[in-house]
Amino acid sequence: MGSDVEITTPKATKQKSGFVTTLTRVLKYSGVRLLSLFITVVIGVYLTIMIANMGGYVDQMMKSEIQERITMQIQANPAFRTMDPATRSQLTQEKIQSEIDRLGLERPLVIRSMGFLKNALTLNLGRAQLMSSDSGSRNVKAIILERIPYTLLLMGTANLILFFSTLFLALALSRKYGSFWDKFVITLSPTSSVPPWFYGIFLILIFAAVLKILPFGGVIDAPVPKDFLGRALSVGRHLILPASSLILSSFFLSIFNWRTFFLIYSSEDYVETAKAKGLPSRDIERRYILRPTLPTIITAFALLLIGLWAGAIITETVFQWPGLGRVTFRAINLYDTPVIVGTTIIYAYLLAITVFLLDFVYALVDPRVKIGSGGGPQ
Amino acid sequence: MKQLKNNFRELLKYPSAIFGSIIVLTLIIAAIVVIIKIPYNDAIDTWRGGEAVVGKNPRNVPPKWFNWFRQDKLVESLDLIEGDEGVTVSEETTEGGTLIKTTTFSFDYDYKSFPTELTMYFISEFEAKQPFVSLKWITPDGTEIKINNFAIGKTHTYPINQEEKLKKRLGNVPPVIGLFLDPESESRLPVKGTYQLVVEQISFEPESTVQPEFVLLGEVFGWAGTDHMRRDLLLPILWGIPIALAFGLIAALGTSVLTMTIAAIGTWYAGIVDGIIQRITEINLVLPFLSILIMIGTFYSRSIWTILGATVALSIFTGGIKQYRAIFMQVKESTYIEAARAYGASDKRIIFRYLIPRIIPLLIPGLVSAVPAFVFLEASLALLGLGDPVLPTWGKTINEAYANAALYRGWYYWIVQPAVLLMITGLGFASLGFALDRVFNPRLRGM
Repeated sequence: MGSDVEITTPKATKQKSGFVTTLTRVLKYSGVRLLSLFITVVIGVYLTIMIANMGGYVDQMMKSEIQERITMQIQANPAFRTMDPATRSQLTQEKIQSEIDRLGLERPLVIRSMGFLKNALTLNLGRAQLMSSDSGSRNVKAIILERIPYTLLLMGTANLILFFSTLFLALALSRKYGSFWDKFVITLSPTSSVPPWFYGIFLILIFAAVLKILPFGGVIDAPVPKDFLGRALSVGRHLILPASSLILSSFFLSIFNWRTFFLIYSSEDYVETAKAKGLPSRDIERRYILRPTLPTIITAFALLLIGLWAGAIITETVFQWPGLGRVTFRAINLYDTPVIVGTTIIYAYLLAITVFLLDFVYALVDPRVKIGSGGGPQ
Repeated sequence: MKQLKNNFRELLKYPSAIFGSIIVLTLIIAAIVVIIKIPYNDAIDTWRGGEAVVGKNPRNVPPKWFNWFRQDKLVESLDLIEGDEGVTVSEETTEGGTLIKTTTFSFDYDYKSFPTELTMYFISEFEAKQPFVSLKWITPDGTEIKINNFAIGKTHTYPINQEEKLKKRLGNVPPVIGLFLDPESESRLPVKGTYQLVVEQISFEPESTVQPEFVLLGEVFGWAGTDHMRRDLLLPILWGIPIALAFGLIAALGTSVLTMTIAAIGTWYAGIVDGIIQRITEINLVLPFLSILIMIGTFYSRSIWTILGATVALSIFTGGIKQYRAIFMQVKESTYIEAARAYGASDKRIIFRYLIPRIIPLLIPGLVSAVPAFVFLEASLALLGLGDPVLPTWGKTINEAYANAALYRGWYYWIVQPAVLLMITGLGFASLGFALDRVFNPRLRGM
């Protein structure tokens, strides 16, 4: 999603603009922007629905699966064994029909997909077809809500540590350009081409299999400790490996990127001037380097926050972490469209809202940015 | 051309570029050699396994080179047949005209652990009367242990370690252990020395022949070990190279070239075309990439080519298109484009002859840097159980190892070998791409 924010030159900001014109401009811009984002979300979600059904292909698979399952059930049930074959096959047909009706497989996909879309957009996530939450509910909302804490715990811990540690290390490195540690980070930055689950396997190998000091996976010891402190410690111990693998896989590239970014900004003329004036380096960093880079930092942070939602399907699989990634994966394996669509729509909404809000945040932190000036949506 | 030469000279200044190029070149050469030496069909057939292909491989054992680093050597496999060293044959004919052939397999055993399996294979020819064999085991101190005697078919497999009666006679110890123990001593270690397996074959027909083969399956096998289905892991390790490279390179090349072309077309025609491309990009950002790939793998086809196609299709309309667009916007305004337009060059000519060639130098680092992501994507999908059903790949090996709890049971070699190769491939391309980026991207030079 492109940003429509224009960085205007100082000359352009001088143009006369009263409060009212600003307000109408902002309102008009917000309206157009919201509408275009909404349309994007609608199309994106509809495509996901169609893919989740493979254009009706999945219906065929589900029907034959139902047929097989019910036939097997009735054959295996001793209560039906004495029944004469004609009645039994009729019973089988009836049961198959009622299961197909329950899942709504009779109606054409185009109509059903519209229903899915409407429910998704109104966040009426409905009931899962086959999956159920740990508490036994078929409610998609319950299934998703149950997993959010785990995903947030893992992704939140890892990404917040990653974000702030790399940001500050990068700032420190940009000051010591060309030093040993600078070169060290540059040399190691290709390590980020390796995905987190991969580091996960090695970390499990070292710390769980060989050294036996940390668990292989899961969230908590069995049996679950009775007191709160014990539980927290146990979860913490299980968190170390997955979180480290998430951090490790982006660490060096992230530092490198931020460092390069800061270096570009610290070679600006006004920074040189500030240095010439003899300002302390801390002030230079805060006022002349961090300030103009704030929009980028905020964008990165916002994208990080919504990225938390998606979870990490593979890392969660490797560590058997019961987060949203696992739910999505299981839903796909069970062809459970409502759950797949549920996780997608929430992500799409969060993304759209974040992109929309970011424009306003830019205007707040950067006086050069004016909302809606310089053309409508691209 | 001169520019290219300069760039190349510049590139050699980066140690990471040299490191990366060496890895990439080695991998490419290895891939070509593998495809020539082990043709595709052979690879698939061998990988499918089955008794005939893998019957004489031990199950779940580490590679041979483990022994180089060990004080106590692991048992190496042994496959003895007539004509091999240590196999002696003697024949005699009884008065009744029956032929008795005695084959003695003798071998030195100098290990502190036990073999995993002992098996006899027989191939015999006869018309009506089955030949009869009897097996006898002679330990280094000369103790004789009768194993069994039985009639054999045309091809006969006799697993000694599954002989229940023998197990009972040995004091309820599995034969693979019991046959190597000294019953008198308390020691649980095998007795070292020369063992003999005497196979007496009695044939009742003058033309009848018996060909016995003795196989002792050890604790190490080949250069890469074996998996739970006794398959030699060297095959997926080697065949993983061309597959990983093909997937990574085709996906990276397809994605970057298509992205660039579409961005060029959009920028050149502007207006509606550009608008549509921008909208598609925005919609694509809403779609959950990995989920969709998993759905295609689960619902439709797990073939590596389908997944490759879907990957490329989903990767075209991403952030990259916006970056290229920004660059094309600048190039579009150049004077040489204006000149081309002035002499009446067609749109197609301008896009493909003037716009795109201009930014190819920018394409190269991006392309090389994108390879690891795709290589790992293939492995990631395989890890989720969506690997190609017939091809032996690194990702599938890791997936199978993971499904069999290899880390938990200490079969580290199973996971570590493909993982290290994946890592080397990823790092090689990433280092090269990184250096290329700094050479071709003047803004980064010196940073």
